[in-house]
Amino acid sequence: MFLINCPFCGEREQSEFKAGGEAHIIRPKQPTELSDDEWAEYLFMRKNIKGVQFERWNHAHGCRKWFNVVRDTSNDEIKAVYKMGEKPPTI
Amino acid sequence: MTKSLRVKTGKIIDETYRISFKFNGKTYYGFKGDTLASALLANDVHLVGRSFKYHRPRGIMTAGSEEPNAIIQLHKNSSRTEPNVRATEVEIYEGLEASSQNCWPSVEFDIGGINNFLSPLLPAGFYYKTFMWPASFWEKYEYFIRKSAGLGKSPTEPDPDVYEHKYVHCDVLVIGSGISGIMAAKTAAKNGLQTLLVDEKPILGGSTIYQNSENFKINNQNSGSWLEKEINEIKKISNLDIKVRTSVAAYHGYNFLLARESLTDHLPIEQRKNKTRHKLLKIRAKKVICATGSIERPLIFNNNDRPGILLSSAIKRYADLFGVSCGEKNVLLTNNDSAYETAISLIQKGINIEAIIDNREEVDSKLVYEIEKNNIKIYKGFTVVDTSGYKRINKLSIMKLSKDGQKVIGSKINLPCNCLGISGGWTPAVHLFTQSGGKLKFREDDQVFIPNTHPSDQISIGSCNGDLSLEDILINVPNTLKEFLGIKKTEYENIEVLSSENFSKRNIWLLPSDKVLGKTKSFVDYQNDATAKDIKLALREGFRSIEHVKRYTTTGMGTDQGKLGNMHALGIISETAGTKMGEHGTTTFRPPYTPLTFGTIVGRNVGEYFDIFRKTPIHDWHVENKAEFENVGQWKRAWYYPKDNEDMYQAVQRESKAARESAGILDASTLGKIDIQGTDASEFLNRVYTNSWSKLAIGKCRYGLMLNEDGMVYDDGVTTRLGENHYIMTTTTGGAANVLSKLEDYLQTEWPELDVYLTSVTDHYATISVCGPNSRNIVSTIIDDLDFSDENFPHMSFKNAKIGKINCRVMRISFTGELSYEINIQANYAKSVWEKCIEAGKDFNITPYGTETMHLLRAEKGFIIVGQDTDGTMTPIDLQMDWIVSKKKYDYIGKRSLYRSDTIREDRKQLVGLLTENPDDVLEEGAQIVANINKTPIEMLGHVTSSYYSPNLKKSIALAVVKGGKNMMGEKLIIPMENKSINVTIADPIFLDKENKKLNA
Repeated sequence: MFLINCPFCGEREQSEFKAGGEAHIIRPKQPTELSDDEWAEYLFMRKNIKGVQFERWNHAHGCRKWFNVVRDTSNDEIKAVYKMGEKPPTI
Repeated sequence: MTKSLRVKTGKIIDETYRISFKFNGKTYYGFKGDTLASALLANDVHLVGRSFKYHRPRGIMTAGSEEPNAIIQLHKNSSRTEPNVRATEVEIYEGLEASSQNCWPSVEFDIGGINNFLSPLLPAGFYYKTFMWPASFWEKYEYFIRKSAGLGKSPTEPDPDVYEHKYVHCDVLVIGSGISGIMAAKTAAKNGLQTLLVDEKPILGGSTIYQNSENFKINNQNSGSWLEKEINEIKKISNLDIKVRTSVAAYHGYNFLLARESLTDHLPIEQRKNKTRHKLLKIRAKKVICATGSIERPLIFNNNDRPGILLSSAIKRYADLFGVSCGEKNVLLTNNDSAYETAISLIQKGINIEAIIDNREEVDSKLVYEIEKNNIKIYKGFTVVDTSGYKRINKLSIMKLSKDGQKVIGSKINLPCNCLGISGGWTPAVHLFTQSGGKLKFREDDQVFIPNTHPSDQISIGSCNGDLSLEDILINVPNTLKEFLGIKKTEYENIEVLSSENFSKRNIWLLPSDKVLGKTKSFVDYQNDATAKDIKLALREGFRSIEHVKRYTTTGMGTDQGKLGNMHALGIISETAGTKMGEHGTTTFRPPYTPLTFGTIVGRNVGEYFDIFRKTPIHDWHVENKAEFENVGQWKRAWYYPKDNEDMYQAVQRESKAARESAGILDASTLGKIDIQGTDASEFLNRVYTNSWSKLAIGKCRYGLMLNEDGMVYDDGVTTRLGENHYIMTTTTGGAANVLSKLEDYLQTEWPELDVYLTSVTDHYATISVCGPNSRNIVSTIIDDLDFSDENFPHMSFKNAKIGKINCRVMRISFTGELSYEINIQANYAKSVWEKCIEAGKDFNITPYGTETMHLLRAEKGFIIVGQDTDGTMTPIDLQMDWIVSKKKYDYIGKRSLYRSDTIREDRKQLVGLLTENPDDVLEEGAQIVANINKTPIEMLGHVTSSYYSPNLKKSIALAVVKGGKNMMGEKLIIPMENKSINVTIADPIFLDKENKKLNA
């Protein structure tokens, strides 16, 4: 069980959080203009990296805020945490 | 009377305190401080169990948690009975009862022992190979195989003990209280760090504490006495917490560890009352110091498993610590200097040593010279080729090793022996280190795996880090600590150490015999009876990966996880395959390090505390009125209210009729409620629901369907507009938390520009639903200043009202199809308002109904339940709910998915109603629906999702999902059941009042 440094509350146990999958997948502004393939790309395709991955997490049992986490999925090391809308760090 | 093998007083034995205990029904005596193993050995009992596969007699082999053989059943025939307990870890107490396991009728005469003579027929993979054909016979074989296998018996009664969980936070956690651990704990604590020191044994000091030899000195004192002073000092340090009998079970990432603190296992049963048996410590440490020590390796030779064969270090521990001699004719077999330390201890205690057999040819060692001075015969360059003695070793044969160590030469010498100590060097205990994600490296010199890289803030020190000599420990540990803790000085600078052993070792993984391998039994994994022959067979059959060999031969898969034999398995594999040892890696060490009882794992979460449950504010009334409850998520919901010995069916029929004919009342407080405010609240609802919300007037309610982006129905409920910028949304009971989280997700990440705020008010408001033709009469009685006319208060509208002085919100909405009012009221007033409704409804036979009747009533009306009639694969179109899908809105969650090639398929499963040919046949929910039972394979068209006997329609009704069902109205289908096939007809899912006359009445 790892610790996550919530950008609003500070370091808390993983059990307080809910994982939200890959980060920086933007919901298309005009979904109706998209072909089935383009929509499927948004809807289903995820990278699922072994290594450094940019992810969304929600402090579900805390401040309820969503934010981004850069985590190495091979050893759970968290490299960075940043708020929604902030520029992702270069890692 | 058995003889006593007690020698001079052992270090921790209190000879003034005699304890009686029973083993296999016979009474023995030991002393306070004894383990079950030491007490048995003192009574000359070596035979304690039978092996797993061949049922060979087995004895105590070690003095610690690595014990593979002496696993016993504690407290037979009691609710406290526990299998697979290591006799080496059980501290005896008055009245202890233990017995051997895996033998029948007794450990002395075990029928299963015949397997030993059949062993040429039982190679590795025997069961896989033999009982494969014919496949259908497996069930018959299994019964007999299961009966003859298995280690111990699990209890059949509830566990009478109490277990606890506790969170522990510390700056530094030190695991292991040997000399390295003590030095580390003292250094950390003295530098102001909050330190926790844990050890699995009942006493501190590891294996140094009983060192009493001129050959190992620290600052001119015996290393044991030096350490004892250190221990006495650390006991006084206030910021150092010491926990003995505490075994670290798991080391997870981010320095999160689980440890089992055993609090009462060493006490007589009558003293355990009202005490916690085990505490599971959930430790979060800023820094972790592993000082887990090392485990002595056995040696692998023919018949190396007889009772009376122990690790050499165990013999020393039993002599020094417990004052127990393991035998009168002791022989030691070694490939390194450690056995000589044992020999010196035995000489000190006056215990006879017949001989020492050393694999090494020439050794220049002080310890060896000391033994030679005592006129003890040392056979250098020799090995044991065989042993004899069925229930206890009585003789061994030795031969000279060839130069390359692969063969034996010369003639056989027989030696008498009733206790053989074996020493194959040491294996650092790196189990916890690797659990944490640490990677090992292989050290060629002495063939050990030692810690290399690791993820979290930790170090390994002492022998678990490969520092196997006292000198290395005293030089390396202080330096490592300084760097790790960021301190300048320790108390251990310029310390004088005398460490006399020589570190030469002659490592031969599988010692040769004069017999061919096929005729030998050289056990690698004692507990699972895996031999060197089995491992070689696995390699011949093509297995290469250590993980595959492990599973095929079951090496290392016992309750001891192969703490003794894994290294030899690896060694034999690399020797046979001609590969380098370090290249294979090791098998994965998994938690727990030693087995945990289920009680420890679940702690207090048993019985009614198994999971938390939520009660509505009206719960007590339901209990008082004898409701049966059903679990809905974590909620306890009233299910039905049986009267006069009614069963559920009868109660539900009565409740359903009453609700339609006069009045029913339901506690709907569990519905999720989300308060939505903000200037963009309407726009927000437009985006999350499929229908349009812009034109909903203040004071009106609307039903909404929420989809996932994939177009599948996610949740539903009624939302009411309370004000210009204020809505209250209801969700399904089970979906409340997920819906809030999903809405927050969109608000925070996709639409941060929207001015909307969400608050969960599920627990703040109770919801009382009164339905039926007389509901208006009842509700208007308790709310007297409200105009209940259709004009003022039509269906799907809302009013603020007062019940006495209490504010409430009343919605005229219906989930039953009847005229219905939902009163939302502050939770703490809910019970009194409920009771008022019951009182006011007396004349109208108001009938409380539970979830089962609610389900029936809504099914009559064809209302879906998300999660029952849908399963995450149903679109609103599949549900025949096209009416709720806005064609005008440009976008909402899931809209684009509603016309993907897959979602527009005509043959998707679609929601339909089903009527049975015989109106009394009630279908089973989940039953499969087919069209033709004569054509195989039979095509499954769908399944029944909801099914009831409707007392109001006087026939069986059901909802179902059927492929292409929408266009099959009136078609006949078949539901094949175990005893008969039921003919059904596809019907409209709305069975009652399609014109909504009742709702608008």
